[in-house]
Amino acid sequence: MRPTTFLLLGGAITAPALTALVSPASAAPAGTVTITIPRLNVAEYHKPYVAVWLEPVGGGTPKTLAVWYDLKKRGNDPGTKWLADLRAWWRKGGRSMAMPADGVSGATRAPGQYTIPLPADVKPGQYVLNVEAARETGGRELVSVPLTAGGRTSGKTELGAITLSAR
Amino acid sequence: MKPFAVRLMAAAALLSIPAALSAHRMWMLPSATVFSGTDGWVTVDAAVSNDLFFFDHQPLRLDGIKVWQPDGSEGALQNGATGRYRSVFDVKLDKPGTWKIGTQMSAVMGSFKADGVEKRLGGRRGPPQPGAPAPLTVADIPANATDVKVTEISGRNEIFVTAGAPTTTVFKTTGKGLEFAPITHPDELVAGETAKFRFLVDGKPAGGLKVTVIPGGKRYRNDEGARELTTGADGVLSVDWPTAGMYWLNATLTDAKPTTPRATERRMSYVTTVEVLTP
Repeated sequence: MRPTTFLLLGGAITAPALTALVSPASAAPAGTVTITIPRLNVAEYHKPYVAVWLEPVGGGTPKTLAVWYDLKKRGNDPGTKWLADLRAWWRKGGRSMAMPADGVSGATRAPGQYTIPLPADVKPGQYVLNVEAARETGGRELVSVPLTAGGRTSGKTELGAITLSAR
Repeated sequence: MKPFAVRLMAAAALLSIPAALSAHRMWMLPSATVFSGTDGWVTVDAAVSNDLFFFDHQPLRLDGIKVWQPDGSEGALQNGATGRYRSVFDVKLDKPGTWKIGTQMSAVMGSFKADGVEKRLGGRRGPPQPGAPAPLTVADIPANATDVKVTEISGRNEIFVTAGAPTTTVFKTTGKGLEFAPITHPDELVAGETAKFRFLVDGKPAGGLKVTVIPGGKRYRNDEGARELTTGADGVLSVDWPTAGMYWLNATLTDAKPTTPRATERRMSYVTTVEVLTP
């Protein structure tokens, strides 16, 4: 138990890692996910559109946890025109959702780390967590990680470290 | 004046016949096939050329192009324009679901001999020329005609675009001619995944049908990259998509089951352009 917890602590420097100390990681279901939006040294930077969703391992209905888009955009379209650029998420269920979605959608985020609580009723090992980011004048990246506490991965371009922690 | 007339004739000759009869390819290229938001517009290039998707030969005429809304009713084509090499038009995707945009053509071609003179049915290919006599039809074949050879030609050229979640109403088939009845939704194609499309002839599975699949971007590679695929006995075509991009699909079929009186043969073609996205 202890090494796993320490590993987790070493990986996630944010608040969720501290709570992981209290409940042993391997036994507890993942409670939060921390997503890093990297700071990019580019001439023209726009905050990325980001979608976070869970997919059952054996297939099934995906569950969207968060969608960050330009929801304050004015004009004919309230920022939803580019949601299809999150193309994996769009195909996996985003296209069936009405936006803005209560408790799910929000404004785009500046570079930094963000922690999202996971639904309490998901069981470890049965889901894959997906994070997809698409940036105007930039790239697009999809990162997936099995939903277990202590699970971690990292994007290469548009996303930084993705860390799962017990609640 | 002369170049224009020549050009017009060339255009007329090429544009109204199905791809089966010509090395030149008819195509429509949508700006995208998957749309989100509340103010979606698709803009489409339509042309006839050899290399896909480069407009360098003739425009596709806009007269025959129709729009079907997700509920199957007819929609509107807007901002249509025909240039030297291509036509362009927009469709406002103001209803969620899958839209169909395309043309359907049918024609009768052939010839007969009457009183020792050979005459052609259907006249010149393409739209009527000013001052030209009305083209002959099957009804004009006299009783004493010999060497009657009549061929029925039909073709469809369609693309599908989806706003929001995909629907399938526009895939409803008529049971006439060569038709496309996709199993995998054509707006849900992903590189690395196999798509399955069923082809029907007169509403029945078109088994053993040859289908040509060509990726766009011809100018930037050496090979044509065309694949000749064949449907199974159930009329189902399985297509793997090696990379993301736009692909041109063309199926042609000739059989001896025309519906036109006195026709002995019919030639059918189906053309579509599909977009394959990265996973």
